[in-house]
Amino acid sequence: MNENIFCTPNPVNDKDALDALLRDKRGQQYYDEMKRLKVDTAALKKLVNDTCRSRIRTWLEICAHCGMCADACAFYLSNDKDPEQVPSYKIQSTLGKIVKQKGDVDNAFMRYAMDVAWGKCTCCNRCSLYCPFGIDMGVLMSYLRGLLFSQGFVPWEMKIGSGMHRIFRAQMDVTVEDWVDTCEWMIEEYEDEWPRLKIPVDKKNADIMYTVNAREAKHYPDDIAEAAVLFSIAGENWTVPSEGWEETSLAMFAGDWEGAKLQVKSVYDAMDRLKPKQMVVTECGHAYRATVIEGPYWAGLKSGKTPVETLHYVEWVAKALRSGKLKIDPAKKIKEPVTYHDSCNYIRNGGLSQYGREIMSYIAEDFREMTPNGEHNFCCGGGGGLNGIGKYRKERNTGQKVKRDQILATGAKLVITPCHNCWDAIRDLEEVYKIGIRWSFLKPLLLDMVIVPEHMKPQKEENEEE
Amino acid sequence: MYNFLTGPMAWFSFLIFFMGILIRSFLYIKGLDSNIDRVTYRVNTSFGVKEAVRSIFSWLLPFSTRGWRTQPLMTTLFFVFHVSLLTSTIFLNAHNMILQERWGFSIITIPNVVSDYLTIAVLVTACLLIIRRIKLPHVKILTKPSDYFILLVSIAPFLTGFLAFHQFGNYTFWMLTHIISGELLLIVIPFTKLSHSFLFFFSRAQLGMDYGIKRGGMKHQKGMTW
Repeated sequence: MNENIFCTPNPVNDKDALDALLRDKRGQQYYDEMKRLKVDTAALKKLVNDTCRSRIRTWLEICAHCGMCADACAFYLSNDKDPEQVPSYKIQSTLGKIVKQKGDVDNAFMRYAMDVAWGKCTCCNRCSLYCPFGIDMGVLMSYLRGLLFSQGFVPWEMKIGSGMHRIFRAQMDVTVEDWVDTCEWMIEEYEDEWPRLKIPVDKKNADIMYTVNAREAKHYPDDIAEAAVLFSIAGENWTVPSEGWEETSLAMFAGDWEGAKLQVKSVYDAMDRLKPKQMVVTECGHAYRATVIEGPYWAGLKSGKTPVETLHYVEWVAKALRSGKLKIDPAKKIKEPVTYHDSCNYIRNGGLSQYGREIMSYIAEDFREMTPNGEHNFCCGGGGGLNGIGKYRKERNTGQKVKRDQILATGAKLVITPCHNCWDAIRDLEEVYKIGIRWSFLKPLLLDMVIVPEHMKPQKEENEEE
Repeated sequence: MYNFLTGPMAWFSFLIFFMGILIRSFLYIKGLDSNIDRVTYRVNTSFGVKEAVRSIFSWLLPFSTRGWRTQPLMTTLFFVFHVSLLTSTIFLNAHNMILQERWGFSIITIPNVVSDYLTIAVLVTACLLIIRRIKLPHVKILTKPSDYFILLVSIAPFLTGFLAFHQFGNYTFWMLTHIISGELLLIVIPFTKLSHSFLFFFSRAQLGMDYGIKRGGMKHQKGMTW
């Protein structure tokens, strides 16, 4: 029997291995090898013994099998109430079995558990609000992902993502040089329209250290420029770090806790180095969850908090609008019906629901809430890494039906999605279901309606004279 | 037989019941780990305690959470079953007479006719819960034989007590089975899913602390919308 090359329990730690894995298109060989991957039952047993403590054991034990979690799950509802999509069933038939059998499970079981952990759950934690005992199946699923990752049973893209973080401290192959170059390039791109625009890199003691999602550096650099414009209009003293600029964590989605720790430490190191008063995180949900909510624990910070206070972008916007740092031109407010998608990672799991509503009160004339919303909102269908996993694309698309119907019920054609994952998911939702909607981050909308101070406007007369 | 069941056996059952609860509660708290659970139980504790209390009480009151409100039938079944079960046991005249006889004190009691209706309510809702398990696909898939076992163990003292009180057939037989099933229930509570009767409070408090300390509790204006 051939030794596995790609699908092994070892994480990807060097660039050659990462490149080789990337060349295995859609992970064909990877998944083929997975069928032969041996389960190290002794190691699994030890890991469960060491990490499965009273909270998780009690959750698994006291579940009364009442089924009240069923209707909480977007995947259960989207799949015509398929009983196998009941959250309790998904966790009892996977993690429950591993714990009960003390790690004595086989290859086929582990592959089934992988299909459930990534293909049937986005770790949105909505079910935790519907279980009378407060059993949080998102937390359980996330724990299961860690067990599966330790044995190498992880979707191809997640293995790559974890490797990216370990090698580049970013979810994509963006180096420090690439990142700084992108910032400089954006200044050049925008200098005609915004002649005094700056993206200060590694400025010490700034009020705000701004950090982003690697996708912005790699695919959507305009997002960085838009943030820079808005910070400038608001008169903020801000900076970006050259290292530790990436907030996201595919390592978290992969269940790679070591990789997740390496990633967040790079951001905390930047805080220590630059000593900003606050950090502001871009419009991304899981980035905030990873670096602000879970990250301090991975990094062993006893306070449970980031080294400096951190705001999500929606908090910064709400505060800037409230204080008048950003002023909206009333004539340019959004006139058409508009709805707002709550990202699970910073709304339900981050307590920021009020800020979205506050922002909408400033920028929209006909704001329409989805039902339910806030902490009880449904996942976009693409959270937890599911958006990026080719193997489970069909499951993702089906899982979006609840969100589709929620949006349709509002009658709005514009959906505001201040989260990269949700933004992607809603874009794909439109591609699949063609319901005639548009979707947007906050930044481009704000740029269209914010009042620009005179000193920031291009000096047209001088230009014209030339 | 009667003397043994109401003497040493009763002592033994209560001992197991209370010791079991104490030990399991102690082990639960001892097993909490700030790093592994990723909740700083000892830092910003006040935020956690506040949300823990809200988390418990929201779910103790019928229809006070969105979960209870969106499933009104189950909620009604759930509360009628649990409230009837607890009140008919604790405030039963006969039980308090025994307390008075043995310990010289008793607590308030409810009229026998009310206890009767509550007992019937326990039995009827238990039957409906069983039907629910058989009929609803999303409950059926979760159901294991042990779920029926613990439900039967839970209602056996009510059925036998009811039959004894109304002297159907052989009174002594029903009274003895009532005591045996009651003692069996006390003994199995700490070691089965019935441990939810006290672990409910710990589990709810833990999730409350999780949301209160870590997942947004310090940024919420009004606290978690349970």
